[in-house]
Amino acid sequence: MIGLAHYLTVAAVLLVLGVLGIFLNRRNIILMLMAIELILLAVNINLVAFSSFLGNLDGQVLAMFVLTVAAAEAAIGLAILVIFFRRRGSIAVDDVNRMRG
Amino acid sequence: MHPLTLIVFLPLLAALVAGLGGRWIGNLPAKVITTGALFASAALSWPIFFDYLAGDGQATVVPVLEWIRSGDLQVDWSLRLDTLTAVMLVVVTTVSSLVHLYSWGYMEEDPGQPRFFAYLSLFTFAMLMLVTADNLVQMFFGWEGVGLASYLLIGFWYHKPSANAAALKAFVVNRVGDFGFSLGIFGTFVVFGTISIPAILEAAPAMAGSTIGFAGMRVDTMTLLCLLLFVGAMGKSAQLGLHTWLPDAMEGPTPVSALIHAATMVTAGVFMVCRLSPMFEASETALAVVTFVGAATAIFAATVGTSQNDIKRVIAYSTCSQLGYMFFAAGVGAYGAAMFHLFTHAFFKALLFLGAGSVIHAMHHEQDMRFYGGLRKQIPVTFWTMVIGTLAITGVGIFGIGFAGYWSKDAILESAYASGTVHGGIAFFLGALAALLTSFYSWRLIFLTFFGRPRWAASEHIQHAVHGGHEDPAHEHGDSSHSKATPPEGTAGYQPHESPMSMLVPLGVLALGAVLAGQLFHHAFVDAEGGQHFWAGSLAFDAHLAHEAHEVSSWVKFTPLTVMLIGLAIAYNNYIRRPEAAAGFVRQFSGLHRFVLNKWYFDELYDRIFVRPSLWLGRLFWRGGDEGTIDRFGPHGAAYAVGVGNRLTSRLQSGYLYSYAFVMLLGLIGAASWAVWWAK
Repeated sequence: MIGLAHYLTVAAVLLVLGVLGIFLNRRNIILMLMAIELILLAVNINLVAFSSFLGNLDGQVLAMFVLTVAAAEAAIGLAILVIFFRRRGSIAVDDVNRMRG
Repeated sequence: MHPLTLIVFLPLLAALVAGLGGRWIGNLPAKVITTGALFASAALSWPIFFDYLAGDGQATVVPVLEWIRSGDLQVDWSLRLDTLTAVMLVVVTTVSSLVHLYSWGYMEEDPGQPRFFAYLSLFTFAMLMLVTADNLVQMFFGWEGVGLASYLLIGFWYHKPSANAAALKAFVVNRVGDFGFSLGIFGTFVVFGTISIPAILEAAPAMAGSTIGFAGMRVDTMTLLCLLLFVGAMGKSAQLGLHTWLPDAMEGPTPVSALIHAATMVTAGVFMVCRLSPMFEASETALAVVTFVGAATAIFAATVGTSQNDIKRVIAYSTCSQLGYMFFAAGVGAYGAAMFHLFTHAFFKALLFLGAGSVIHAMHHEQDMRFYGGLRKQIPVTFWTMVIGTLAITGVGIFGIGFAGYWSKDAILESAYASGTVHGGIAFFLGALAALLTSFYSWRLIFLTFFGRPRWAASEHIQHAVHGGHEDPAHEHGDSSHSKATPPEGTAGYQPHESPMSMLVPLGVLALGAVLAGQLFHHAFVDAEGGQHFWAGSLAFDAHLAHEAHEVSSWVKFTPLTVMLIGLAIAYNNYIRRPEAAAGFVRQFSGLHRFVLNKWYFDELYDRIFVRPSLWLGRLFWRGGDEGTIDRFGPHGAAYAVGVGNRLTSRLQSGYLYSYAFVMLLGLIGAASWAVWWAK
C-alpha cells in the first residue's frame, strides 16, 4: 500500500534534486530554471498528497495556483534569458556575475 | 588731558593709522604721521623730565580705564608718573623719534615702509606702557607688547629664513624669562594680595625674612619673588644664560637694533629691577644673584665681542655687556648708577648702532668688518660720530670732565667697590676687566672700519654693487660666513657714499647726547644729595652708598681710565701699528680664539641640552603618541577596520545566482529550525 510517507519521500527527493540542480549546475541557466520547476513540483506533490489524505481540497487549489505562477515565471525567465543571450552571447552560469560586489 | 596720556597714546594712534591704513595713504603720509607723533611725544616728555630735574615734579597717577575686577584682584589701566618714569620717557621717546627719522633714509628703498614704521610706533607705545605701568599686570602687558614688536621687527624681512629663525628664537627665549616673570607676578599677588606697585613696595620691607612653601620647600618669600621676577628681567635684558637671542636679533634692520636691542627694550629688565628696588632690597640673596649674573654677563659678552667680525654683532655683545654693568650696579644697591648708565648708554649705543647702519648703508649691506677699512675719508660724518660714541662707551674722561660713559660706568664701578660686600668686590674686578675688553673691541671696530687700507674688493656685496644689479635692501646679508680670513686689499672701484641728511641728523643729536648726557645729569642721577632729591623715593636710592662711592681711594677712581687706555693701546698695536699681530695672536691661541669666536659654545650647548631633546621628545609624541597610538587606534584604525570589513563582505557578493540561492537556503533552514525548535 502506498502511504503518505511515500509521496512525501518522492517530493523530498525531487526537492533535493532541484536544490542541487541550482547549486551544482555550472553549465547554463536553462537548467537552473528547470531545477526551479522541479522544486515547485515537489511542493505541489506535497500539497496534493496532504490534500488527498486530509480530505481537504484547499491544497489542490493551491497546487493549481502554483502551476500557474510557475508557468508565468518560466515565461518571464525564458524571456530574460533570451534578452540576456542577445546581449552577452552566452548563458553559461559562470558568466552571469555582474552583481559581484 | 594730562600730557602723559598724549605721550603714551600718540604712538599707538600713529601705529594704527600707518599699520591699518598704510596701503591706502601711501608711504609718505605713513612716515610723516608716525614720525610726527613720536617727535610730539618726545617734545612733551622733555619738559616733564626737566620738571623732575628741577625738583618740581610730583609722583602722580593718571587713570585711564577700569580693567579687571575679580574678587581681590583689582587691575586698572593707569599711567604712573614719577622720576623713574620721567627718565625712561625721555630715553624712549627721544631715541625712538630719532630712529624714526633715521629710518626715512635707511629704509628708503624698502617696499614695506608703512608696515615698518607702524611696527616701530607700536613698539614705542608698548614700551611706554611698560615704563608708565602702575601695576604688575600692566607692566606685563607692555613687557609682552615690546616682545611682540621685537619679534615682528626682527622678522621684518620675512623672506629671509635667517631673519625668521632669529625672530622665533628671540620669542622663544623670551618666553623662558616671561615664565619666571609671570610666576613672580602670581607669587606677588599671593603674598601681598595686590599687584599695585606702590602697595607692594610699601609692604615689601615688612615681608623680609618670612618664608613660603614653594615646590615642596620652605623658602624665603622675598628671595623667591625677586628671583622669579629677575628671571623675567634676564630674558628681556639678555643676561647670561638667556642672552642667546640678542646677537641673532641683529638680523632685523639696523634702526630696529638701535631702538629695541640697544636703547630701550633690552633695558626693560634693568628698569623693572629699579622700579621694584624696595622688593629687592628686602632680600640679600636676590641682590647677590643679580650682582653675579650682571658681572658674569659683563665679562662674558665683552670677551665674545672681541672676536666677532660682524659689525652689528660686536655692538650687540657690547650691549649685552653694558646691560651686565647695569644689573650689577643694581645688585650692589646703586640703583641710581644703574639708571644713569641706562640713560647714557641709550644715547651712545643707539649712536653706535645707527653709525654702524650708516656704514652698512655706505658699504652696500656688507656687514663684515674684514671687508671694511679706510672709510674715514669717504664717510667723515659717520666716522666722527662713531668716534664720539666710542669715546663715550669706553668712558673717556678725567677730573670731572668726560663723555657720558665716563660718568656712568665710573659711578657703577666705584659703587661696586664701595659697597664693601664680597660680591660687590668681585663685580668690581670683573667690571674693570670688562671695561678693558670694552675699550679693546670698541677701538678694534673703529680701526678695522675706518683706518688702514680698503679691503672691499673681496666682498660679495661690493662686487654686486660694482657689477650692476639693483639695490635690494633685504639682500642676503653677510653672516660672518666669508671664508677668507684676510681678504686682499683694494676698493674694486667702489665709491662709498655718505648717508642722507635724515640719517646724519639723528647721528648728530645722539652724538650730542653721548658727549653731554653724563656731564649734565650726573649730579641728579648719582650724587648723594642730588640723587636723593631727584629720585624722590621712586627707587631705593642709597645716599650712603653714593657718598661712599664718591669717597673711594684714588686708585679705584683711576682704574677705569687705566684699563681703557690699555685696551686702546692693544687695539692700536694690533690693528694700526702692526696689523699682522692680531692674526699671530689668533694662531698662537687658536683654541681660545675659537672658544670665544663661537660665543663660548652657548648655542651648541643649548642645542644639545634643550633643542635636540625637545625635538626628540616632540618626535616621540608625534610619531609614537599621536600617529602611533591615537591616530592608529582612533580615526585611522576605524577607517582601516571598515575597509577590511568591506573587503570581506564584498567577497560574499560573488554575483553568482547559485551562491545567493545557497544563502537563501541556509536562511530558510535557519528560519525553519528556529520555527520548529525554539519558537514555542
